[in-house]
Amino acid sequence: MQTAISIRRAVKRYGPVTALQDVSMDIADNEFFTLLGPSGCGKTTLLRMLAGFEDVTEGEILLFGERIASLPPEKRPVNTVFQQYALFPHLTVLENVAFGLKMKGMGLAERNARAAKMLELVHLSGFADRKPAQLSGGQQQRVALARALAPQPKVLLLDEPLSALDLKLRQAMRVELKALQEETGITFIFVTHDQEEALAMSDRIAVMSAGRVQQIGTPREIYEAPVNRFVADFIGETNLIEVEVDSVSDGRATVTLPGGHRVVCAAATNSGGRHALSIRPERVALAADAPDLHATVERVIYLGTDLHLITRLDGGEPFALRLQNASRTALPDPGARIGLKLEEGAARLLAD
Amino acid sequence: MAGAAPIPETGGSDATYARLRRPLLAPTWAVIGTFLLLPVLLMVVYSFLTKEFRGGVIWDFTLAAYDQFFFDRGLFGDEPARIEWTYIMIFWRSIWQAGLATLFCLLIGFPTAWFIATRPETSRPVWLFLITIPYWVNLLIRTVSLRFILRDQGPMNDALIGMGLIDQPLALLNTNLAVQLGLFYSYLPFMVLPIYAAVERYNFALSEAAADLGANRWRTLVEVVLPVVRPGIVAGCILVFVPALGAFLAPDLLGGAKTFMIGSLIDEQFRGSQGNWPFGAAVSVILMTLVLIVLMIQARAATRAER
Repeated sequence: MQTAISIRRAVKRYGPVTALQDVSMDIADNEFFTLLGPSGCGKTTLLRMLAGFEDVTEGEILLFGERIASLPPEKRPVNTVFQQYALFPHLTVLENVAFGLKMKGMGLAERNARAAKMLELVHLSGFADRKPAQLSGGQQQRVALARALAPQPKVLLLDEPLSALDLKLRQAMRVELKALQEETGITFIFVTHDQEEALAMSDRIAVMSAGRVQQIGTPREIYEAPVNRFVADFIGETNLIEVEVDSVSDGRATVTLPGGHRVVCAAATNSGGRHALSIRPERVALAADAPDLHATVERVIYLGTDLHLITRLDGGEPFALRLQNASRTALPDPGARIGLKLEEGAARLLAD
Repeated sequence: MAGAAPIPETGGSDATYARLRRPLLAPTWAVIGTFLLLPVLLMVVYSFLTKEFRGGVIWDFTLAAYDQFFFDRGLFGDEPARIEWTYIMIFWRSIWQAGLATLFCLLIGFPTAWFIATRPETSRPVWLFLITIPYWVNLLIRTVSLRFILRDQGPMNDALIGMGLIDQPLALLNTNLAVQLGLFYSYLPFMVLPIYAAVERYNFALSEAAADLGANRWRTLVEVVLPVVRPGIVAGCILVFVPALGAFLAPDLLGGAKTFMIGSLIDEQFRGSQGNWPFGAAVSVILMTLVLIVLMIQARAATRAER
């Protein structure tokens, strides 16, 4: 598959502050690629470097093999959907969408026809003559999307475009964005701090923290095989327990759980000593005999589809588990002592 | 009195409102009446009266003042009426001068306002303060000072000669240039401040969006920045053009006979025994009508842009 964007050892410094440290990644053509991380992790800085709003302190950015780091934004064949949309308030919806085409020197009739088609694509055909202020947040969002797609960019950059929408709309837009990306065949680079959003839409995700890329992988890889403590903790819910490593080699480790039970698990580190063990709450079952862990129930939370159990291990560590509501097993009461059985592959030894 | 009295529970609050409405509005009407309506009314009435030779008016209603403005009937008023160009030309020159001053104020004021509005938030008040400092000094004194700066042996000519740019002092005083400079200097802040207010509210993400969509800096300015901050620009232009049109000090002190403007013409009508009060009032009414027309055109354009 062709590489759309290749970022090579990019560094961004603001005076003494380093916002991005040695970031490298390849993003394939026609990929839905997400930069995920907490605020201040450098994901937006990276996106703005791709758009051309921030210069690259060190390193190189290639767009289909061409260096673009020194090009101003208007010369780059990429377009951006801005967080607060940044629609031109003095122009109609149609004129907003046609703006990029106008800048390319396209004639009025042709660009209006193209813009109208883009509006059709985002289901806003009836709103061509309105001003942005007369639209709802969700509609403005679609206009911003249509405006950025109209010049047919090679890569579309999306800077937390859904963050200003309410939950229902956000969930609907996830599906729509993904469909739009598949329909247009344009590479999407999506910035978000919402891991659920990232998991739902992305072909691949780059998890970032403190100006560094922590892990790049498919949603499944990121969730099920996090490489370090940060990724495991940031993506989804997890239980992190300090364990003693007995032996480790070739990505497998034998560790001693609190309470003395030993398990073999996948390992993202090759060093011995004490490490964090990640156990996802939904990969643990109640077990009367031969449990891996013993715990005391502190609270039972009913969530409809799931039951959320907050427990404390015998060693004192908090431990959460999620059980499907469908299971007919009798539920423990708060204060009850229970045995826990880890599912196959549930535990993963993490690097720090 | 300590503390606020509790609001009395009245059964008919609407009735109370109706009863108190007039007395509460009275101060407003008094101010508007005394300082706006009455003077304008006086001016309009005077413009239709007959002139008294030693200044003042005779209460005889006539259209003579307007007739004098628009028509030339010869020295003794017995020739067929021709259009009187003298005053129309003065108006035309005033409009031209005021328009030019507005243009210069815009050309200098917009970048200035932009500069201030794009400074860090903490230093903006300092820049605004610097802009307003000269305006703590009376306009008359500032205009007279300009006379000293521009005169043949003044610092302006001295500097130009000192730099070797000219040998002989330039006659700067009593020219259109001097009047222009005076008007520009007098009204520049009226351009800077409203534009500053508009630029400060400008969302710079719009410029990024424009660049992202392929607009270079110039097109971003023309297609996005200027239309979005337009209300500030229009307000600034009106605030400069309207007072510049009726300006009196700058043309009077810095200009000569060839740069006679409306303000001076009106002033002349109320001076001593040479004056002609009804004519001065009529010129004022015509000036005011002109300004109202400009404002109405602007208001109509603004509502059209809203839609």
